[in-house]
Amino acid sequence: MRPLYELSRLGMRYDGATVLDVAELSFCAGEMIAVVGPNGAGKSTLLGIMAGLKSGYTGSCRFEGREVRHWPRRPFARAVSFVPQTLRLEFPFTAEQVVMMGRTPYCDGLFEAPEDHEAVERAMATTDTLEFRQRDFRSLSGGERQRVVLAAALAQEPRVLLLDEPATFLDVKHQLAIHDILRDLSRTDEVLVVAATHDLNQAAAYSDRIVVLDRGKVVAEGEPPLALRPEVLERVFGVAARVERMDDGGLWIRFGGAPDRGAQA
Amino acid sequence: MRLLESRRAALAAAAVLVVAVAAGAPLIGPAAIDFGKVWAGLSPDAEIFYYARLPRVLLALVAGGALAVTGVLFQALVRDALADPYVLGVAGGASLGAVLAISFGWHGAAGVSGVWLAASAGAAAALLLVLAIATQGGRMSSFTLLLAGITINSICAAAILFLHNIVEFAQSFVVLRWLMGGTQPVEYSTVGWLALVVAAVLAVMMRRARDWNLLAVGEEWAAARGVAVERLMITGFIAGSLLTGAVTAITGPIGFVGLIVPHALRIRWGADHRFLIPAAFLTGAAFLAICDSVARTVMAPAEIPVGVITAMLGGPFFIALLRSRRRSLWL
Repeated sequence: MRPLYELSRLGMRYDGATVLDVAELSFCAGEMIAVVGPNGAGKSTLLGIMAGLKSGYTGSCRFEGREVRHWPRRPFARAVSFVPQTLRLEFPFTAEQVVMMGRTPYCDGLFEAPEDHEAVERAMATTDTLEFRQRDFRSLSGGERQRVVLAAALAQEPRVLLLDEPATFLDVKHQLAIHDILRDLSRTDEVLVVAATHDLNQAAAYSDRIVVLDRGKVVAEGEPPLALRPEVLERVFGVAARVERMDDGGLWIRFGGAPDRGAQA
Repeated sequence: MRLLESRRAALAAAAVLVVAVAAGAPLIGPAAIDFGKVWAGLSPDAEIFYYARLPRVLLALVAGGALAVTGVLFQALVRDALADPYVLGVAGGASLGAVLAISFGWHGAAGVSGVWLAASAGAAAALLLVLAIATQGGRMSSFTLLLAGITINSICAAAILFLHNIVEFAQSFVVLRWLMGGTQPVEYSTVGWLALVVAAVLAVMMRRARDWNLLAVGEEWAAARGVAVERLMITGFIAGSLLTGAVTAITGPIGFVGLIVPHALRIRWGADHRFLIPAAFLTGAAFLAICDSVARTVMAPAEIPVGVITAMLGGPFFIALLRSRRRSLWL
């Protein structure tokens, strides 16, 4: 099967500094990918380029065989949806209005069709946000906002979901819920999910594949046990780490577990 | 749904208010007139109503509506509730353009008044300048935006004073009268032209009202959802300059209508531009026409420029708004 995304010699520079330099990378429909790496590793830049929001890149980033910067915006928005890390609003839009904005690539007239309202209803039910649908978005807590923004992305009914740290502000229950939602989407609807995250354990638990970025380069890539090797974690994050295999076959990463090696890091 | 109905009711109420003001405001003034006599076409009540007062009220309605809509546009474009044509220095640029045209007796091109053209060009130039100053690395801070607006306003005011001093006496008088602002009696054709421009701009904006919602959230937010952001923003800048220029050319600088009206509407009915644009037009229209009636009557037979009234109301309002969000300004 042909990958949805094909990246090759993809680069990005800000003020002369190279922030991204990816040799080769591809993502397929139905995959669940975690992008991890320390602050400034280029995670957000990579997602921004894939989302079509940064057109000043070098090299190539193709979606369905077509260069992302050459995609017309509306059809691209029906296929790819991007969930920013935070959303700050200046004006009083309700949670429901924010979610409804996800339907924009499908709406032509001034008003929404019944199927738009149905899509919003479904997305808000999935993300557990119906109870505050009429509230001002600005009055919601960080975690509630994050779920509303995710609902907006789901209402977009995309084939690709790009998320920039989707679980940062969430409580444990909703962190797990969000990861279950994302995994459902990738398993049943063949949605490609690419999420940048700082939580290595959740990345290990939920992803099919992990991409480890460091100073703009891919330093490890593959299934969780392959990508998250202790030597990779120590080199990239500068902390000692131990990777343990649990009874159910999952990985558990402990930091600072090996004091002798932690001292030099 | 309840909110939707309340928005419809609000729009209907605002429309009724505008009609009531249009019919009622011309009856108010230094000379008392009687609506029954006006209706019957009796002199002099009918003449006062139709030739002295009605055009002026209509001008106030159209100008107020246009200013309020311009506020809505600018606020969405820079994502800042403090923006309005006056605060951003755009009205200053329009004034300078208009005064230049008056001072050098430029009569215009292709049948369009030189003052209009110059005011619109001045508005556009000031807007570009303010945005260029306030933007840094693709970001804009409301703090620099406000400072830039104040600066542009002062520079334009200085240039206007300079022009006023070097021109001939006759022009100097025209400039001064124009600068006082206000809605001195105009001809129906002038009001008609202005209404045409405003209606065209409103129609263009309304067609994209949904996209304006997304732009008011953020440029990336809108772009990631398929909105042609660049085109929308350019349309908005042109529309805003055109409205500010056209209104300022006729009425002189009138401040704060674009600040007060959209903000008050948003507090109660939210920020959906499909409601906000028409509601701001109607409410702004009624607001300026009422202010103008006050300006014309409180010190009768003397008149206060209507800009004085709006500034007296708008200044404190602006300060309250500024204080309520001081935290977000400084952090």
